[in-house]
Amino acid sequence: MLQVSLWKRALIILICLGAAVFAAPNLFYDQVERHNDAVATIEAGTSTPELEAERALWPDWLPSDLVNLGLDLRGGAHLLAEVQVSDVYADRIDALWPEVRDLLRAERSTVGGVRRMPSDDPGVLRIAIGNTDALPQALETVRTLSQPMQTLTGIGQQDLDIHLDGNEIVVTLSEAERLATDDRTMRQSLEIIRRRVDEVGTREPTILRQGTDRILIQVPGIGSADELKSLIGTTARLTFHPVVRTTSNANEAPGPRQVIYPSMDQQGVYYILEQTPVVNGEQLTDAQPTFDQNGRPAVSFRFNPAGARAFGLYTAENIGSPFAIVLDNEVISAPVIQSHISGGSGIITGRFTVEESTNLSVLLRAGALPAEMTFLEERTIGPELGQDSVDAGKTAAIVAMVAVLLYMGLSYGLFGWIANVALVFNIMMVFAVLSLIGGTLTLPGIAGIVLTIGMAVDANVLIFERIREELRTARGPARAIELGYEKAMSAILDANITTFITAAILFALGSGPVRGFAITLGLGIITSVFSAIFVTRLIIIWWFERRRPKTMSL
Amino acid sequence: MFRLKIVPDDTNINFMGPWRYTFGLSVLLMAASIAVFFAVGLNFGIDFRGGTSIRTEGTQPVDIGAYRESLAPMGLGDIAITQVFDPTYGPERNVAMIRIQAQGDTESVTPEVLNQVETSLQTYDSTLHFTSVESVGPKVSGELVQEAILAVAAALGAVLVYIWLRFEWQFALGAVAALVHDITLTIGVFVVLQLRFDLAIIAALLTIVGYSLNDTVVVFDRMRENFIKFKKRSILDVMNLSLNETLTRTLMTSFTTLIALIALFVLGGDVIRGFVFAMIWGVFVGTWSSVYVAAVIVKYLGVKRDWDKGGDKAGTQFTTSDAK
Repeated sequence: MLQVSLWKRALIILICLGAAVFAAPNLFYDQVERHNDAVATIEAGTSTPELEAERALWPDWLPSDLVNLGLDLRGGAHLLAEVQVSDVYADRIDALWPEVRDLLRAERSTVGGVRRMPSDDPGVLRIAIGNTDALPQALETVRTLSQPMQTLTGIGQQDLDIHLDGNEIVVTLSEAERLATDDRTMRQSLEIIRRRVDEVGTREPTILRQGTDRILIQVPGIGSADELKSLIGTTARLTFHPVVRTTSNANEAPGPRQVIYPSMDQQGVYYILEQTPVVNGEQLTDAQPTFDQNGRPAVSFRFNPAGARAFGLYTAENIGSPFAIVLDNEVISAPVIQSHISGGSGIITGRFTVEESTNLSVLLRAGALPAEMTFLEERTIGPELGQDSVDAGKTAAIVAMVAVLLYMGLSYGLFGWIANVALVFNIMMVFAVLSLIGGTLTLPGIAGIVLTIGMAVDANVLIFERIREELRTARGPARAIELGYEKAMSAILDANITTFITAAILFALGSGPVRGFAITLGLGIITSVFSAIFVTRLIIIWWFERRRPKTMSL
Repeated sequence: MFRLKIVPDDTNINFMGPWRYTFGLSVLLMAASIAVFFAVGLNFGIDFRGGTSIRTEGTQPVDIGAYRESLAPMGLGDIAITQVFDPTYGPERNVAMIRIQAQGDTESVTPEVLNQVETSLQTYDSTLHFTSVESVGPKVSGELVQEAILAVAAALGAVLVYIWLRFEWQFALGAVAALVHDITLTIGVFVVLQLRFDLAIIAALLTIVGYSLNDTVVVFDRMRENFIKFKKRSILDVMNLSLNETLTRTLMTSFTTLIALIALFVLGGDVIRGFVFAMIWGVFVGTWSSVYVAAVIVKYLGVKRDWDKGGDKAGTQFTTSDAK
């Protein structure tokens, strides 16, 4: 008969109460959010009376997990960046050249002069030697540079691919090494973007790697995607190059292994520089905003020991000649070396404002991005539009809820109202679970909830219709209720499992707002089955136990 | 006690009677949808073809001509401007959507272009501000199309397998045919009304798939039960009986879902109106297709009625008798 064991009843009641408690903070969203922020700041070590007041807005002992609002509801910026991972190949190859040169120079007597030849692909090193008869021997010598791969996936492979092309020795990174490099580049980029975004300190930024070479960045509350782009899109690659000469012709062709870069603040001035830098920003250990001796904003920096040595050696050998400080392919300044700089520190002067020098030091400290990024997708949602959507969604959800409750009540009377109680718990459960798992509510997600309101009654309708049918065959109320549940079960399960499959696929293959929709839809299916099978049943049994009706109509 | 009843207790409607006409109508509508899809094409949003979409809001009335004129000198190619209406907006709130075709071939739009667009629009109306700016590069939009197609195909495949396991292969084919019907007709109505088709609509399509399936499975479940219970009655009879038995439930669920969706359509704001429209449409076609596509195909393929004895011999014995 209609029996549910005591512990089952207790569990069902417990789940319903839990849902109510954990969903509750979302009703006081603003208060709880301010409370959470205050708690976070206080835990970080600062405590002021204002913060304590904010903290008191919500009791500490109550749950304070909230549903995250998606960008479309809170406003903010979204960027999808593609990292130009192949940029890094060129750097690796450039760094390799001095080693190759030194190795071959040691055998100058047999191989003759060594020259680096221009290459169309910057990721390829081409070397010509004076005595072409010694090519096989030179090739063997260069091959000693190649190391076996150390990574798990690259075991048994070499990191360099070295072969002959005509009379030139060609050195490239092997396929396995390229993959390993790509992975490293991506991890560095993610780390550096994270550091930069954290420096501005916004709430809950999302920084995710997508696929092999993409990064998704979502920052709520930031003014525009442009702002975000200038923060993370700047490579901040600082290099120091020897200056060959200056020119005013932007189209002048630089010599082999030389580059032409514009001046950052002087219109029409171009510098022709040696392409290989003396030192680069990776060897910086610190950068701080400061002022030069004339009181103009500047940035001070310090090199690590290796950088300091290289810088010291170069300045000692080239006193009197200019060298260029280059940031992202623009020359900040090109001072003349006055003396041997041995301490490994210095300052960069240029026409900075205080803000610019502060930003530059932040970027230099956080580190340069290993490669450039291009932006494939960018979205800015204004906070007003987000708020509008939240308000509209709320109104719609409330109206939908009330209409459905009335309709169910009118159609099924007492049983309808029982189903309505379950429906209210159902919505609470969706919010409770979303809050606990830190799920994100998006605008389509609200649509998912509203749809759940409409569809959640389906399981109850199936059961009630079945009970009605069973009542007609006059078996008595208890038997009818039991059979109704039993026979409706297969339809309920099949119908909901198939819908759940589509929600799961949406979740797996969708992105952004669509994913938010899949989450609420999937959750709604699970909770609606739970509330139909357990919650309404329990309430009906209570009613039945108290009244013991001999007949009933539905 | 008062009860709201949309259907009387005992109905005996011959749903399957005119199946030739209704199935024919469905096939015709599908063919028409496919025809307009190729002849006219969908009004793709920037998610699927790249480009930039800017939402403007100002106190002065939207003047599409003036907007267009102020943007014309920039030579941005194809520009579409539409005014957005919503019952909750007063006369002080004038919203428009401006869509600009993709510039370049991989990246999203540059900040310079955006700034220029924004300043030139503000010369016409200084109160204008830009509540959302979205830009998708053609490289990503191409991938989004693939992903969307993959998502829909994967959903159909999974459903096919599940129903095949739980029911019979005839039911699985019937259900999937019904889903293809729903998706085709939804795309058709989007072509005819030239509504914007973006990523959210794919979510709506999959929800329609879910809803329609829900409905189909409930009907199938009852048919499966009745096929066993009434072994002697003809396949059409049993189907009609099952449809009548589940009629109240079908209408109740459609109504509650529609109530919720209509509330969202009217009050939920214009951002998701297209999405909600697709789902409302889906409730109608989904309910229709459960009967007139899914069931008809099961009828045509025939079902195994002799569940006790097993064997394939009984598999198609009813198809021949009814199809003539």
